[in-house]
Amino acid sequence: MTSSAMQQLYQQIILDHAKSANGAVAELAALDADAATAASAAGVRLAQSHQVNTTCGDEITVRVGLSGTGADARIDEFAWRGAGCSISMASASVLNDTVRGTTVAESEAMLDLFREMLRSRGTIEPDEEVLGDAAAFAGVSKYPARVKCAMLPWVAFEAALLQLAEPA
Amino acid sequence: MTFVAPPPAPARDPSDQTPSDHAQTDQPLTDRSGSDLTLSSDEVLRIRNDFPVLHQLVNGHPLAYLDSGATSQNPISVMEAEQEYYEQRNAAVHRGAHTLAFAATEVFEAARATVAAFVGAAENEIVWTSNATEGVNLVSYAFSNASLGLGGPAATRFRLGTGDEIVVTEMEHHSNLIPWQQLALRTGATLRFIPVRADGTLDMTAAGEILNPRTRLLAVTHASNVVGTINPIDDLVAMAHAVDALVFLDACQSAPHLALDLTALGVDFAVFSGHKMLGPTGIGVLYGKAELLAAMPPFLTGGSMITTVDMQGAEFLAPPQRFEAGTQRISQAIALASAVDYLSHTGMHRIRTREAELGRRLVEGVTAIPGVRLLGPGLGVERIGLAAVDVAGVHAHDVGQFLDEAGIAVRVGHHCAQPLHKKLGVTASTRASTYLYTTDDEVDRFLAVLAEVAPFFGVSR
Ligand SMILES: Cc1ncc(COP(=O)(O)O)c(C=O)c1O
Repeated sequence: MTSSAMQQLYQQIILDHAKSANGAVAELAALDADAATAASAAGVRLAQSHQVNTTCGDEITVRVGLSGTGADARIDEFAWRGAGCSISMASASVLNDTVRGTTVAESEAMLDLFREMLRSRGTIEPDEEVLGDAAAFAGVSKYPARVKCAMLPWVAFEAALLQLAEPA
Repeated sequence: MTFVAPPPAPARDPSDQTPSDHAQTDQPLTDRSGSDLTLSSDEVLRIRNDFPVLHQLVNGHPLAYLDSGATSQNPISVMEAEQEYYEQRNAAVHRGAHTLAFAATEVFEAARATVAAFVGAAENEIVWTSNATEGVNLVSYAFSNASLGLGGPAATRFRLGTGDEIVVTEMEHHSNLIPWQQLALRTGATLRFIPVRADGTLDMTAAGEILNPRTRLLAVTHASNVVGTINPIDDLVAMAHAVDALVFLDACQSAPHLALDLTALGVDFAVFSGHKMLGPTGIGVLYGKAELLAAMPPFLTGGSMITTVDMQGAEFLAPPQRFEAGTQRISQAIALASAVDYLSHTGMHRIRTREAELGRRLVEGVTAIPGVRLLGPGLGVERIGLAAVDVAGVHAHDVGQFLDEAGIAVRVGHHCAQPLHKKLGVTASTRASTYLYTTDDEVDRFLAVLAEVAPFFGVSR
C-alpha cells in the first residue's frame, strides 16, 4: 500500500541520511572547562546545546566550534549525537553537510530558509540549488506534527551559536 | 447500596426516547440479547453504530481507532446524557433550595452511586477528581498534610518521615510515580521499587523482599498500559497488608476493561479516569476505604467542603465532600455514569473475554512479523487488548506515521512509562490498544500495515 504520500514524506534522500548520519559521534560529553580551554588554545570557541522533543522523546546534542571572529567566523567543528525518528536524524545529518565549513552568516541564512520552508505547510517550493539535500524536507512541511522533528537539530545548532554570539 | 432515583424528567413526547432515558430507567441501551461469554462480531458491529466518531475516513481509509488505551470514544448515549443535563437540570449542587438545584444534586449523587456499584464500592468511598492523575496527587498531598501534623491523631497512619518507605513498581505510568517521588522528597521517606523482569512482568520474588515493616504504602498498577499484563493484585495486597502497608491501585487500564471489585480486591485506594471508559474528559474517580477517607486530611480546600467556618479555621465535611472543594464536574460525572451504564449493559465479563481475544490476535500477529519485537510476555499470559512493539531499525514515530497514512490510529512514544521502556531496552514503542468496539478486521489491518513498515524504511533483510 506504500502510498505516494509516504514516499513524498520519506524521500530516499531522507532515508539515506537517517542511515549515514553524517557528523554523528558515539559520545558527546558535557562541555567542561578543560575541553573549552583546550579548544581555545587551538583558536576554536566551542558551544553545545541539548534539545528534547517532549512529544516523542527525541533528543539531540549538537556541538559547534567556531574559528575566527565577526563576519569571518567559520564553523570549523561540528558534531552531534542523538536518538530519534528518521526525520530528526536525517535532518541532523543534512545539517552537518550544510553548515560545516560555512561562515556563521551563511549558516544563519540557511537556517532561516529551512525554517521558512518547514513552516510553509507545503506552499514553498524549495530551491534545491540553494538548499541542497535540505530541500528534501519540503514534504515534511505538510505534516505539522513532524516539523518539530525536522527542526530539532537546527534549533540545537541555533542555540549553540547563540552562546557564541559576540557582543555587538 | 441504594440508587437515588433521578427526579422525573419534564414531560416529553414518548416517541422521543433517547438512550439516556433508557439508562436512567435501567433498561438495556440496545438489544444485547444472548448471554454469550464474549461479544460476537455482529454485536461489535451493532456497538459501533453507537459511536459516530468511528465512522469516518482518515487519509482516505476507514478509521481504525487503536488508541483506546490513551483515550476511548464516547457513545451517543453518553453525549446525550451530558446534553440532557444542561438542557434540563443545570444548577449548582449541594446548595440552594430551588427545584433545579435539588434535581442537579440528585442526578449528581445518583451518578456517584452508579459508579460506586460498578467498582464494588460504597457511595461515600467515591471521590470525584478531574482524572486519575489528580486522584494520585490528592492522596499524596493528603499524606503530606498529615505529615505536617494536619488531621490530628486520626491521621497518624498517613504520616511519613525519614525511615519510612514508599514502594512503587518499575512499570508505573508517570502519573503513579512522580507524585510518590515528590511525596518522598517532601517528607524524607525513601522511594523503592519492585523491578520488572525481562519478560515485562513484576518480579514477585523481589517484591517479597522489598515490602518490609518500614513500607507504609505500595502504589501499583492493576494492568500495564505498555505490556498489557494484569498484575497479581491479590498477592500484592496480602504481602503489603502483612507488613501493615496501605495499597494504592492505579485502575486506569483495568476499570474500563474488566469487572472490577475494589472491595473484593482489598486495596485501600484506587484511581481511574472517565475518558478511558467511554466517558468524557475532565472526570476521574478516587476510591478510598471509608475508614481511611474518614481519617484523611483534605488536599484542596475552600467552598463546598466545610461545615462551619470562622476567621481562624474551619470544620470539614465527611467524605466524599471533604475532598471535593469548589464547584464540581457535574455534567461529566453524569456522563460518566451513563458510560458505566453502557458498559454494564454490555457486560464487563464479556468485554474482558472479547478483549483477551483481541489481545491474542495482536500478539499472534505481531510475533509473526520478522523484525518486530513484542514488549511483554507472549501467548499464554492473559493481557488486556493491548500490545506495544518495537520495529527493529525504525523509530516508533515513523511507524506511527506510516500507520496513520493508512487510517490506523496508534500511540507512539514512551506512553508515560520511560523507566519501563528503558528496562526493556527501548526508548519508544508503537502501541495498539482495543476496546469493545474494535473489530478483528481493524486488528488485521494494523498487522498488515505493520508488516510493510520495515521493507518501506529499507531495513528488511
Ligand atoms: C496506567 C495509567 N495510569 C495513569 C494514567 C493517567 O490517566 P489520566 O491522564 O487520565 O490522569 C494512564 C493514562 O494515560 C494510564 O494508562
